[in-house]
Amino acid sequence: MDKMTTILQPDDATFPGVGGPAKSRSTRRVRGLSDRTIAWLFVAPTIALLLAINIFPLVWMIRLSFTSLNLSMSYLPLRFVGLDNFSDILNDEDVWIRLQTTAQFVIWSVALQVVIGFGLALLINRQFRGHSFWTTIILLPMMLSPAVVGNFWTLLLQPQIGPFNYVISLFTGVPPSSFSMTGQVSLAPWTIVLVDTWMWAPYVMLICLAGLRSIPDYIYEAAEVDRASPWRQFWSITLPMTVPFLMLAVLFRAIENFKMFDMVNLLTSGGPGSTTELVSITLKRAAFEKWRTGYSSALAIILFVTVFGAANIYVKALNKVKQR
Amino acid sequence: MRRMRWLRSTAASAILAAAALWGLGGGEAAAQGKQLTLCWAAWDPANALVELGKDFTKQSGIEMKYEFVPWTSYADRFLNELNSHGKLCDLIIGDSQWIGGAAENKWYVKLNDFFDREKISMDDFVPATVVGYSQWPKNSPNYWALPAMADAVGWTYRKDWFSRPDIQAAFKAKYGRDLAPPKTYDELKQIAEFFQGREIDGKKVYGAYIFTERGSEGITMGVTNVLYNYGFTYDNPKKPYQMQGIVNSSDAAKGLEFYKELYKCCTAPGMTNAYMQEGLDAFKSGQVAMQMNWFAFFPGLYKDPNVGGDKIGFFVNPAGPNGHFTQLGGQGISVVATSDRKDDALAYIKWFAQPAVQQKWWQLGGYSALKAVVDAPDFPKSAAFAPQFLESMGIVKDFWAEPSYAQLLLDMQKRVHDYVVADKGTAQQALDLLVKDWTKVFKEQGKQVASQ
Repeated sequence: MDKMTTILQPDDATFPGVGGPAKSRSTRRVRGLSDRTIAWLFVAPTIALLLAINIFPLVWMIRLSFTSLNLSMSYLPLRFVGLDNFSDILNDEDVWIRLQTTAQFVIWSVALQVVIGFGLALLINRQFRGHSFWTTIILLPMMLSPAVVGNFWTLLLQPQIGPFNYVISLFTGVPPSSFSMTGQVSLAPWTIVLVDTWMWAPYVMLICLAGLRSIPDYIYEAAEVDRASPWRQFWSITLPMTVPFLMLAVLFRAIENFKMFDMVNLLTSGGPGSTTELVSITLKRAAFEKWRTGYSSALAIILFVTVFGAANIYVKALNKVKQR
Repeated sequence: MRRMRWLRSTAASAILAAAALWGLGGGEAAAQGKQLTLCWAAWDPANALVELGKDFTKQSGIEMKYEFVPWTSYADRFLNELNSHGKLCDLIIGDSQWIGGAAENKWYVKLNDFFDREKISMDDFVPATVVGYSQWPKNSPNYWALPAMADAVGWTYRKDWFSRPDIQAAFKAKYGRDLAPPKTYDELKQIAEFFQGREIDGKKVYGAYIFTERGSEGITMGVTNVLYNYGFTYDNPKKPYQMQGIVNSSDAAKGLEFYKELYKCCTAPGMTNAYMQEGLDAFKSGQVAMQMNWFAFFPGLYKDPNVGGDKIGFFVNPAGPNGHFTQLGGQGISVVATSDRKDDALAYIKWFAQPAVQQKWWQLGGYSALKAVVDAPDFPKSAAFAPQFLESMGIVKDFWAEPSYAQLLLDMQKRVHDYVVADKGTAQQALDLLVKDWTKVFKEQGKQVASQ
């Protein structure tokens, strides 16, 4: 008799006083179930939920991507358009510009987050007075909702009343209301990078900190015995041993930033013009403002395949680094 | 045991008391269990409608529930609701541009039979509002809404600044004419330039506030006020959907250039993504001399303790070299086709259409479209902005109201914002690209688009 069935037997000695002669029909039925069946019974609700809210919409979206469906004109007959939506997207110059904008945002924000996050992790990894307090302070931005971050940075960056321009003015002498961080084509892309870095560098710091703390002390002790300088220790021990963690942080942040929507939408709405319109904003506008369901489904699939493909290649590289 | 008994009796008494209180407080409406949900935008007139709706509840016993959504997500939220055949709203005050889609997709109940039965005549309403809010196809006797909230773009100005002798003298010395509310856009720009950066009461002020918002409809609802007056039309009146050479005419391009000049010369810093609320904030904080905004906000501004009363003045959207028009706003009230309470919803519309109710609606801060109210001899004196409102309603033009309006609107948002705020390309290029975008949308919709 297997373990699972044992637990479900009310008349078993494991449960004295429970069950007795009056066995219910259901109990008898349960006794006859195999391990595998019971396992499936437990897993089935989760699978059903997964199918209903993940797999079914995905399959449905794939189907819609081959149609002309536009929800604002649902009275028009639904046409099968083959690969037209995909070809429209791939031949649309605007979509490529949006992808470039997104790539630039991802590259710059992730690079800055890694540099700042790693630097913070190196500092926090040392024992000093107020260590816990400063760790908490540094982690605060990460704990906020992107909607909150977007709103309060909008206020901070307001050219007339926001303190940000006044701080810049103190250092540069430029009049505070003479520039707009979110409204100027030259500054807006850097603004979204800045705000995203402010929010997520602490997250990279946490991952790096885990990496730094996983390095055994004896390696450093051995290096000191060999009279390796701190600089040498950093390049030969610290950095190589935290690279897998850094790569993991890059993977997480790159995927997240590729999907970035809420914070940028609140800060700039993709403007000025289309300067900061990330591809996620284009997708949202196509799907829920223009109601081009077929087209937006195709765009979503292209983006999914892009992220999935890039992430797979990256994970393989990560595994190779780990094996070294 | 005794304690348990005490607990049980206390709980029972509490439940009985709550039930009794519910019965007393709920009134007739709760007893009948009738309730209607009305969906609209969250803004000043919505508060007036809540106040007005209390009379309906008193008369009919039907409780009114409201679902008000901020303007920035109003279209997203309710079009999603209508698209998904939701049952949240029984009545909806939908934007004028939705009427085509709502009629074609059968989201709204057609009201012709109801109007005939209840003797509600569309001839009793301001013609522009009937065409703008009720009819689809336009100019055909097919009604899908009752004009509910008449609105248009107008302007406010700082009357107290305009009337200061020192400012008047400085203006006259510079431009050789008296400082007065502008009649043309050239005059408006001149006044805006005059005020831009001027110190008034020790505070730096700016010339004008105009719409520049990117995300929803802002910059389009602003720029069209200039474009119409420079000769822009949406298509060839003789050849529907023929836009080449019309939308991107040289006059239209000049209008777009003018809007950009106005934005560059005379607005406050940081107004790169600003719509209604930002305009109200700028005006209320004493930052700007003139403000473009919807008439719907003017009752609230007039009551403002800092800038209202004698300090505020109003003027109609100025004329341009090729015409005098203003952008239509406002909405009609419709019965949602998926509602389970259509009869009660129609009863609300019947009640709302009554002249006495419309009169009260205007008094509370809503804008009636009923001729009996707005054509009454004492109407121009009933509010400081009433004459300008009346004049504006006679010169309104609206954006496309096609089922594909959202695509058309977002395309225009992008092209105009790219040119005006992001300095991308020329006005002519922006309008050429707009014609390309719109042609694509109409072709997808199955329309015949003539190129010339």
